[in-house]
Amino acid sequence: METTELVINGETHKLEADSRVTLLDALRNHLGLTGTKKGCDHGQCGACTVIVEGRRINSCLTLACMHDGDTITTIEGLGQPDNLSALQSAFVAHDGFQCGYCTPGQICSATAMIEEAKAGWPSFVSDDLEGPEELSNEEISERMSGNLCRCAAYPNIVNAIRQAAGEQS
Amino acid sequence: MKSFDYARAADRTDATAQASDDAIFIAGGTNLLDLMKLEVMTPDKLVDINRLDLSEISVTDDGGLRIGALVTNSDCAADKRVRSDYPVLSRAILAGASGQLRNKATTGGNLCQRTRCYYFYDTAMPCNKRDPGSGCQALEGFNRIHAILGASDACIATYPGDMAVAMTALDAQVEIEDSAGNIRLVPIQEFHLLPGDHPEKDNILETGDLITAVILPPPIEGKQVYQKVRDRASYAFALCSLAAVVKMDGDTISSAALAFGGLAHKPWRDEAVEELLIGQQPSAELFGKAADRLLAEAQGYGSNDFKIPLTRRVLISVLKEATQAGAAA
Repeated sequence: METTELVINGETHKLEADSRVTLLDALRNHLGLTGTKKGCDHGQCGACTVIVEGRRINSCLTLACMHDGDTITTIEGLGQPDNLSALQSAFVAHDGFQCGYCTPGQICSATAMIEEAKAGWPSFVSDDLEGPEELSNEEISERMSGNLCRCAAYPNIVNAIRQAAGEQS
Repeated sequence: MKSFDYARAADRTDATAQASDDAIFIAGGTNLLDLMKLEVMTPDKLVDINRLDLSEISVTDDGGLRIGALVTNSDCAADKRVRSDYPVLSRAILAGASGQLRNKATTGGNLCQRTRCYYFYDTAMPCNKRDPGSGCQALEGFNRIHAILGASDACIATYPGDMAVAMTALDAQVEIEDSAGNIRLVPIQEFHLLPGDHPEKDNILETGDLITAVILPPPIEGKQVYQKVRDRASYAFALCSLAAVVKMDGDTISSAALAFGGLAHKPWRDEAVEELLIGQQPSAELFGKAADRLLAEAQGYGSNDFKIPLTRRVLISVLKEATQAGAAA
């Protein structure tokens, strides 16, 4: 058993768990934070995306015990039903989902992705490595390619992200 | 996943001292944990090296860059010095994986990532890489993603990465510390191995060896290009990729470094192809000859036969781009 302290959405949690427990399983099964979803469990779908130390990662491909002392933001920490984040509001406004299973991962991923773009990180489709002026549809699609939506709500997801990114720039 | 002991290494000496044949270093873990879930890899112990002081990119004495082994792919691709002086490396990293994975994947770990051969991943199948001596199911099975160069009767798997392909074109060196504390530099071309009779060995690392950095030489003159062909537009491994650093002197090619991904068990570089181009004026005939030379010994295994004409087209396309007028920068 490993003892790990995790600071999740501003609250410190002490976890006693087997070394095999992924961060995803720790959140869902040990700490009751079920907003983060398990899709493929192999880093291919992005449903488990959370923000660790300011960076979006696949929580299924990292062990909870590797994150002792880390600050983690999950979908529960981004907004509440009566106080949605800009991205959450935009997903509602643009109907950026159908079944909704990928949505927490999409929103956590996009929240951090917008920060990456603001920091000037280029992407594979950026003409200039100094980064794009704005998040075009093509840029959003490329930067969000680690988040799959089996309902294929992609056009509306891209519109929601573009609106939220525009409001924040 | 099989159970394992977990230990966090305090420093490099502690890390290399804890290494053994049954203990594996874990950094980003994005490939290792995937393989452990499938029980393709079953280490008895994980030595977590994430807290080691290996996360800096610094300038070397001769003006090159030292990229610490724990620098993430995201940080390396976004580093202003890498973007301006080694754009082929930024482009290659950004062509691989997803934003989430690049945030975890490290420079050292990425060098060690394992093949995506379907049979290596499927523990119900024989595989000489996973289970030496059991046979290779890919030779006569589904081998769309497999090697056309440098393969053996024992293994036709490919090295799947992008980052190391660009580093190969840049003549990078891998810095390795052994358990006695000795540090050695290995040219990246010598780091990965061809499968031969021992496909279980991906690279030259021995027990206790810890990758501490990748060293890039001082900025190289010439046009840098990375082209990747894959089955979908993003988040897919290369069927064929090419990192090229080509310098023109007037209308003559004065230097060319070409490294290919997706074709072999390691990033593939062929000096004879580069020598054939140097001192010549770009032409369709010259590029065709270069492709002939590159692919003279290429061999398809059925479903990957298409990679031979595909590679020819990628080479010609990249050489055109890299040598066109105004491409000096």
